Amino acid sequence: MKYLCLICDEEKTINDMSKAETDAFMGEYFTFTSDIQASGHYEAGEALQPVATATTVRIRNGKMSTTDGPFAETKEQLGGFYLIKAKDLNEAIQIASRIPSARCGSIEVRPVVDFGQSQ
Amino acid sequence: MLATLIRLLGDFERAEEALHDAFLAAIQQWPIEGVPASPRTWLVSTGRFFAIDAMRRRARHDASLATLADALERQAAANREGHEDPAIEDDRLRRIFTCCHPALPVDARMALTLREVCGLTTEEIARAFFASASTIAQRIVRAKAKIRDARIPYQVPQHAELSERLEAVLHVVYLMFNEGYSTTAGVQLTRADLSGEAIRLGRLIVELLPDPEAIGLLALMLLHESRRSARTSETGDLVLLDEQDRRLWDRALIAEGTRLAQRALASRRFGPYTLQGAIAAVHAEADTSDETDWAQIVGIYDVLIRSDPSPVFELNRAVAVAMWKGAAEGLVRIEAILARGDLAAYHWAHASRADLCRRLGRRDEARASYTRALVLVKQEPERRFLERRLEELGTSES
Repeated sequence: MKYLCLICDEEKTINDMSKAETDAFMGEYFTFTSDIQASGHYEAGEALQPVATATTVRIRNGKMSTTDGPFAETKEQLGGFYLIKAKDLNEAIQIASRIPSARCGSIEVRPVVDFGQSQ
Repeated sequence: MLATLIRLLGDFERAEEALHDAFLAAIQQWPIEGVPASPRTWLVSTGRFFAIDAMRRRARHDASLATLADALERQAAANREGHEDPAIEDDRLRRIFTCCHPALPVDARMALTLREVCGLTTEEIARAFFASASTIAQRIVRAKAKIRDARIPYQVPQHAELSERLEAVLHVVYLMFNEGYSTTAGVQLTRADLSGEAIRLGRLIVELLPDPEAIGLLALMLLHESRRSARTSETGDLVLLDEQDRRLWDRALIAEGTRLAQRALASRRFGPYTLQGAIAAVHAEADTSDETDWAQIVGIYDVLIRSDPSPVFELNRAVAVAMWKGAAEGLVRIEAILARGDLAAYHWAHASRADLCRRLGRRDEARASYTRALVLVKQEPERRFLERRLEELGTSES
């Protein structure tokens, strides 16, 4: 079963880090990614540009509107994701807890709908 | 199977009802969790579990049923030691861990556990929580949908996660007990049913997984339960610990609770439940409030606060300090906690301050704090208690 791990943290936390701290933090991410690649849990994963680069698009009454910024203003922002394969929620939670941002932000774990199986 | 159950339960009707319940459980569980390795044994064991359970619940009206349930449970325990399929024990433990999974909302965990582990009906659970049956049914349906869709596994967590997950299970049991012991809202002071179920669950967990904190929690619940009949007056009013008629305390529960607390403490791997159990045990061994070893209680609170910082524990410690070293010593501490704002919305914090002010003759301050507590209190007997205290203080300073 696939789970999407949404990495939510405060951009300020990262911005306030020194160069050495940022390097160490990114190093942890590289280690984590190669670990779950090796264990076969990794499906995909990306880091996102800061929330200031976000654009939100909607179509209402047939008319497109674009607004700057994320769709919801929250203290913690979506900063990246991993798509993982796990046998159940317990395993997914264990993997998510090893994402470095779990220590300073939060990881939302969402099961992915398997349309193939639900038919 | 029916024959086996009749033999085990000694009653045809009871066995038939038990088997019926077991089949119902199988229809619900097997499609989701898979057919157990030994379906027949599963049905017999589940049926027997339900039957003993039902008897325990009916036992409130009929003491002889309680004796019978005890005997059957002992017999079941003896069988387990002998040759019973260990898979059934695992099955029950797995069910507890699944129902108390931290990915489920906490109120759903309680409802689901009462339904799937304790065997209560939706209507019974609804009555216990003063909720409508449809609310509870919906809570359970949603929880089951999450178990299915997020794939919450039906398993006992592996060693690395076990202590953290057991903590979540014990938390559910503790909340269930408290919900029954000191109802947060409503007209009744206590609801014995929920506490009784929590204790039964606590016993089951200790039997299946004798972890020190599980033992400590059971001790804590039994020791609090021992005071139940002294906690309420004949008119349904609240009686505080220092004013309780200690002859009403249940000695058998105290003996068992104290023994369990000692056993948990001896493990040296105990946590907050064991320490709270130990505090309750110190209270239980004193014949009067004055004879209580307050120094020891303050000492245990120190250990507790160090391992598990909580403003409520600090408040309780301050009250114990007041009993040990005098009201003024306690008041300084309570005012410091209130000044931090942590317990500003907790009625007992204000009521405790009021009580110490009252004892120190500071009547205006006592009145102000009782008034504050009355604004915050939600439960009827506690409100009457606070109103009584406020009346006793008279209307104004002479």
